[in-house]
Amino acid sequence: MEGVWQVGLFDRFRQSLGKTRELFTERLASVLKRRKIDEGVFEELEEVLLSADVGFATCEDLLLRLRRESKRRGLESADELLPVLRGAIVELLGDSAAPVAESADGPTVILVVGVNGAGKTTLVGKLAHMYRAQGKRVLLAAGDTFRAAAVEQLVAWGERAGVDVVRQKTGSDAAAVIFDALQAAKSRGIDVLLCDTAGRLQNKQHLMDELNKVYRVINREIPGAPHEVLLVLDATTGQNGLQQAKVFREAARVTGVALTKLDSTAKGGVVIAVARELGIPVKLVGVGEKIDDVALFAPEDFASALLSADK
Amino acid sequence: MHVFDTLSDRLQATFRRLRGKGRLSPDDVKEALREVRRALLEADVNHVVAREFIDRVQERAVGQEILQSLSAAQQVVKIVSEELTALMGGEQSRLARAAQPPTVVMLVGLQGAGKTTAIAKLARLLKTSEHRRPLLVAADVYRPAAVTQLQLLGEQIGTPVFALTGDALPHDIVDQALAHARRAGNDYVLVDTAGRLQVDSAMMEELRDLKALAAPQEILLVVDAMTGQDAISVAQEFHRVLGVTGVILSKMDSDTRGGAALTVRHATGCPIKYVGTSERPDGLEPFYPDRMASRILGMGDVLSLIEKAQATVDEGQARELEQKLLRNEFTFDDFLAQLQQVKNLGPLDQLLGMLPGMGRMKQMKESAADTGQLKKVEAIILSMSREERGRPELIEKSATRRMRIAKGSGTQVKDVNQLLRQFGEMRKVMKQFSGFGKGGRGAMKGMGGMGPFGGGMKGGPRDFAPRGGSRGKKRR
Ligand SMILES: Nc1nc2c(ncn2[C@@H]2O[C@H](COP(=O)(O)OP(=O)(O)OP(=O)(O)O)[C@@H](O)[C@H]2O)c(=O)[nH]1
Ligand SMILES: Nc1nc2c(ncn2[C@@H]2O[C@H](COP(=O)(O)OP(=O)(O)OP(=O)(O)O)[C@@H](O)[C@H]2O)c(=O)[nH]1
Ligand SMILES: [Mg+2]
Ligand SMILES: [Mg+2]
Repeated sequence: MEGVWQVGLFDRFRQSLGKTRELFTERLASVLKRRKIDEGVFEELEEVLLSADVGFATCEDLLLRLRRESKRRGLESADELLPVLRGAIVELLGDSAAPVAESADGPTVILVVGVNGAGKTTLVGKLAHMYRAQGKRVLLAAGDTFRAAAVEQLVAWGERAGVDVVRQKTGSDAAAVIFDALQAAKSRGIDVLLCDTAGRLQNKQHLMDELNKVYRVINREIPGAPHEVLLVLDATTGQNGLQQAKVFREAARVTGVALTKLDSTAKGGVVIAVARELGIPVKLVGVGEKIDDVALFAPEDFASALLSADK
Repeated sequence: MHVFDTLSDRLQATFRRLRGKGRLSPDDVKEALREVRRALLEADVNHVVAREFIDRVQERAVGQEILQSLSAAQQVVKIVSEELTALMGGEQSRLARAAQPPTVVMLVGLQGAGKTTAIAKLARLLKTSEHRRPLLVAADVYRPAAVTQLQLLGEQIGTPVFALTGDALPHDIVDQALAHARRAGNDYVLVDTAGRLQVDSAMMEELRDLKALAAPQEILLVVDAMTGQDAISVAQEFHRVLGVTGVILSKMDSDTRGGAALTVRHATGCPIKYVGTSERPDGLEPFYPDRMASRILGMGDVLSLIEKAQATVDEGQARELEQKLLRNEFTFDDFLAQLQQVKNLGPLDQLLGMLPGMGRMKQMKESAADTGQLKKVEAIILSMSREERGRPELIEKSATRRMRIAKGSGTQVKDVNQLLRQFGEMRKVMKQFSGFGKGGRGAMKGMGGMGPFGGGMKGGPRDFAPRGGSRGKKRR
């Protein structure tokens, strides 16, 4: 899988996300250049972290690590702090190489979940294209049976990617659609089944129950599945993202985050809190609305972009 | 674990600390305001906006010689929430109207913010409460099935949708839609535009062009209530390019604190006209700054709840309950009575989310939102003796009583323990809340018979969907 992911895409990811390390060093470093490490410096770094949606608690944690490390290494100049802070962020982000799981035999089932409008359906479309490009047999399940034209939207993505979509009409039972898709995947020798689901706010218990039912159906029909449950988090989301991760993990055993809309000016820093508090790694990023605007998550680049004073 | 996970909880803790010290030094105020800042940040208020806000409050607090006051804590809460309310306040919730119809309203915003859904909601509102004849215009030619989405929504609410097939550009679509509206006598034209990033200059130019063409009376920026720090640059840039006239805050039915409301208001100076409260076309409500303030402050959307129930509140019962709460005499009997009444109210999760202190009672909220759990709670209380219901400490002290109750209700001892714990928490929170009411805006008084579960309500308020039925979608 790595091969396809990295050709071209990865560079684009760097471009749109990173504006690369140089820019980062330029921006923030110029602010910090030739300054001695003092409280003012830490305050400035705090602002940078907070404005990236890292959140208060995680921000404090990072600064604590930074202070400790700076003391240990006897740093004096402020610009020496940046690589250390970047390192601390990468460390919190955890397992940087977290690959997208694949089933050893039978279809790999990927369930895509998240709040309304986060970018689930688009991600399913992009992934369909990716796996197709790797020569995999791909099938989509239109598990959003609620929202107006959700099925039509997924079908449009299916056409773009050249893959079939299992669907029923709007208003039918989501678990039933997924069930159909699982049977189809098994009987047609599908490699990857991508299941779209309706957007739902995590504080709506009945909708989380519905999701849990979908999860259980998958698990019952194919033991070990879903192999990957991707929580789609919109990079512009603030601290609610942490709550989303908590509750979706309970309902559907989330295995990874797909951070979408990283092409926006938002930095998506809440994923650091998600990784730190819940141990859920970021696996993918969405960097646009086009079919190939998806890439594997690169913690180093993410951290650099986050610390760049502007993006 | 965070004991204090909402702003009001934390403020309360801070202020308790302050109160304990008697006299306040400027440093004390600073400390309290640090907590306020922290809470604002956790509510996703932009950090620059939060800083300015703190300065403002500090100025006002000091000006009022709060340092000498005995009820300093209450005064600070009052100032904080008044300032918040003032900052978000002003005229709201009516759409402008063109001297010469049709009135053109354009919705703009980031991808997935909720524009298309909001268009349908606005149209429905115009139709049902003002008897207008809106025309919806499908000017999102980019997102797959965007046009179909709007068409289906139009069907749902019985409103015509103007769309062009083929490769028509937004400019042409809007142009023809306007002509169509004039011919057909539509008095409102609501334009759905594609989601876009505020830094996408080509796409922003498209909007500028549409504005020049259609000369809309309203350009509403739709902002997701869960938006974080970046809300400021989004709002500033859309406003700079287009001159936004108002804001719709979508997805307010989430459990976000919604600090973006303050940020966006601050960045544009525009009123927040409506909030989105569900996925359904009827999920649009006016924006109330005071409610938003208490939500950002983590005090629950108490006022919304009050309004929903006001018509049916029994005054006498309400006062009695208030007294009980003030004296910390709220018992399991009261609790039970409320539980039973609340069953008529509709989706509990929604209801509970509006109550103060709920941040601290997540478990309570989660478990109570589930009818099975509710039955369990009821069974446990029913297995208590009269005396025990009035004096929960009896049960707390005695393991045998707890065992007996568990057995009687067909539950586990741990369930009983859990209920006791939650009940204790609830009492505490209610008590604290009532304390605030006295000094502030009479929150507790206003809350009247709401109690923890809306006691005193007789009927189901208008817009709660009936509970029951296994299909979740009905209750969205
Ligand atoms: N700029 C940008 N836009 C994106 C990205 N991913 C999705 N979008 C856009 O975000 C909007 C919502 O995307 P959807 O895929 O429909 O989101 P969803 O989570 O399926 O939405 P619901 O099913 O309604 O909950 C669309 O306009 C997408 O084009 C991304 O990575 N970058
Ligand atoms: N719970 C809830 N969901 C909402 C609300 N408003 C919109 N949504 C949901 O959010 C998702 C996105 O809404 P859309 O109306 O498609 O958003 P949009 O801004 O038109 O999206 P693009 O056209 O892709 O930019 C859908 O799943 C809607 O059902 C709201 O107030 N509450
Ligand atoms: Mg979708
Ligand atoms: Mg739309």
